[in-house]
Amino acid sequence: MMGRFLLTLALLALAGPAWAEEPAECRAAAQFIERDFALPQVNRAIIAKQLGILVVGAGSSSLPGPNGIKNAYPQRLQRALSEMLPGVTVTVTTDVKAKRTAAEMVKSLVPALAAAKPALVVWQTGTVDAMRSTDIDQFKVALDRGINIAHSAGADVVLINAQYSPRTDSLIALGTYNENMRWVALQQEVPLFDRFSIMKLWADTGIFDLYVTTKKLDTAEHVHDCIGRLLADLVVESAKPEEPRVEGGR
Amino acid sequence: MAPIPTERDLRLDLFRGIALWLIFLDHIPSNAVSWITIRNYGFSDATEIFVFISGYTAAFVYGRAMNEHGFMVASARVLKRAWQIYVAHVFLFVIYLAEISYVASSFNNPLYSEEMGVLDFLKNPDITILQALLLKFKPVNMDVLPLYIALLLWFPPMLWLLMRTPSLALATSALFYALTWWFDWSIAAYPNGTWVFNPFAWQLLFVFGAWCALGGAQRLSRWTNSRVVIGLAFAYIVFAFGIAMTWYFPRLGVFVPKFVGDAIYPIDKTNLDVLRIVHFLSLAVITVWFVPRDWHALKWPVFRPAIVTGQHSLEIFCLGVFLAFAAHFLFTEVSNSLLMQIIVSLIGIVIMVGVASLISWYRRAERQRPGPRPPTIKPGYAGGDA
Repeated sequence: MMGRFLLTLALLALAGPAWAEEPAECRAAAQFIERDFALPQVNRAIIAKQLGILVVGAGSSSLPGPNGIKNAYPQRLQRALSEMLPGVTVTVTTDVKAKRTAAEMVKSLVPALAAAKPALVVWQTGTVDAMRSTDIDQFKVALDRGINIAHSAGADVVLINAQYSPRTDSLIALGTYNENMRWVALQQEVPLFDRFSIMKLWADTGIFDLYVTTKKLDTAEHVHDCIGRLLADLVVESAKPEEPRVEGGR
Repeated sequence: MAPIPTERDLRLDLFRGIALWLIFLDHIPSNAVSWITIRNYGFSDATEIFVFISGYTAAFVYGRAMNEHGFMVASARVLKRAWQIYVAHVFLFVIYLAEISYVASSFNNPLYSEEMGVLDFLKNPDITILQALLLKFKPVNMDVLPLYIALLLWFPPMLWLLMRTPSLALATSALFYALTWWFDWSIAAYPNGTWVFNPFAWQLLFVFGAWCALGGAQRLSRWTNSRVVIGLAFAYIVFAFGIAMTWYFPRLGVFVPKFVGDAIYPIDKTNLDVLRIVHFLSLAVITVWFVPRDWHALKWPVFRPAIVTGQHSLEIFCLGVFLAFAAHFLFTEVSNSLLMQIIVSLIGIVIMVGVASLISWYRRAERQRPGPRPPTIKPGYAGGDA
């Protein structure tokens, strides 16, 4: 596994400085970034040099510890976007509380939108619904409602699905919830950030050891850093719909 | 009275054996080998095969009992079977608890503070164990046996009707299915939601299997041999394959017209979506066309492992659930490399075949033993279980 990781690193080193700003281990999952749906509000905000983003999420959108907020993916997203969009002021605000289902997050969405007035809502959900086996129709209704609320407040939406968690894989039946998120995303024409597949690829190729039992935060912070960077890629690429969307034979 | 075929159809054992292997592979979380299983290439999966063939063999075994010994005796045997399955389910639940308690005590990772909350149910063993005994609390992948129990409880009156007016029985079953969709009938689960496999819907496939066993398959043969039907079945399988590819290659999704997506999604496994039934039927039509009942190759040694696996479905199903737990445990504690996943998957299947062969050998040995024979085993059943 380590060998494969080193090989990836070596190949990327050969690829030259174009890759330099993004760590290779994050890049390894770049094929999962979808560019099928545009983010017109983000596009407008970038042109206006003011990009506000609201991250709505549950426990897996944060990290514990004193540096938890700084190192969790929402702040990493802000940092990555600021680097990618020089001259644009990027502000990421969060509405993140652990143990919330999609329906519970929708309840606080209206006040959060009113306070932040974002051009983009990044909505991470699905884990808690799967853990509590929420009725799948109610889950879908909640997703649709949340997306509609965000759209009518003038914000684009990006959905983030559950984390890949190999140790609890036999305990949480994510399948139906992930499928329904994908389907709602397609129907509503909003991009889905497929965190599950990305993390599964990292685990399968040995880039990150997600099986490990530890109290240390280093892997967790690294994972959140990559998620923030890949999310920034998704946002920037989806915000430019005029560029060709499908390249090569991938 | 419908005639009951006397010779066992080896194809049933063969495909049930394969279904048991596939269910095992699908039940190992994060298993790369599960890429080969049919659920990745269409709408239906091994569960449909298992339920259909179980209905078929249940009619075969208990239909005979009903012919020879009457309704009461046959019903008693069906209920005894349901009880055996219940005991097996509780046994598996205990193994599951053991595994989970271990995971709960050893697992720690700040990345997964949210996901670890799923282990909270261990803090209330009084409620959890009681709900498990009531079949309301069912861990992931432990839903098939409760479904099987419910299907058997419903089976005696259905079998009675099937043996008198098969068409009416099938129509009743289909009506139940339709009403289930119409009125959203379901069985509540603990702590939330409903049973993953809704018995009110899945009984249709079980009863359809039984109906086929009791002469329905012959009546259908005019259709299943028709080139038009085979062509349609093939076209549908190709269509389902195309849709399935968009799940793995999202970019292909742009080729699916919106009205098609609106029409097919969501594909409901809990309530046995019509798309899944049609996919299973299409696979069955193609299979029956390729593999006729008297195909001499069925006796070839290469098919023997799958056939022997299929002949002991309950034992091997339970073993498969246990092996899936064990495999996940190995992935977590030892290694989850691709090679390990392949080896563990293969060893699991070898163990399933080995244990099935052992059971077959033991039953043969019991039959050949002089003196009083075990009362329920008769040569006509050919070692097969319902």
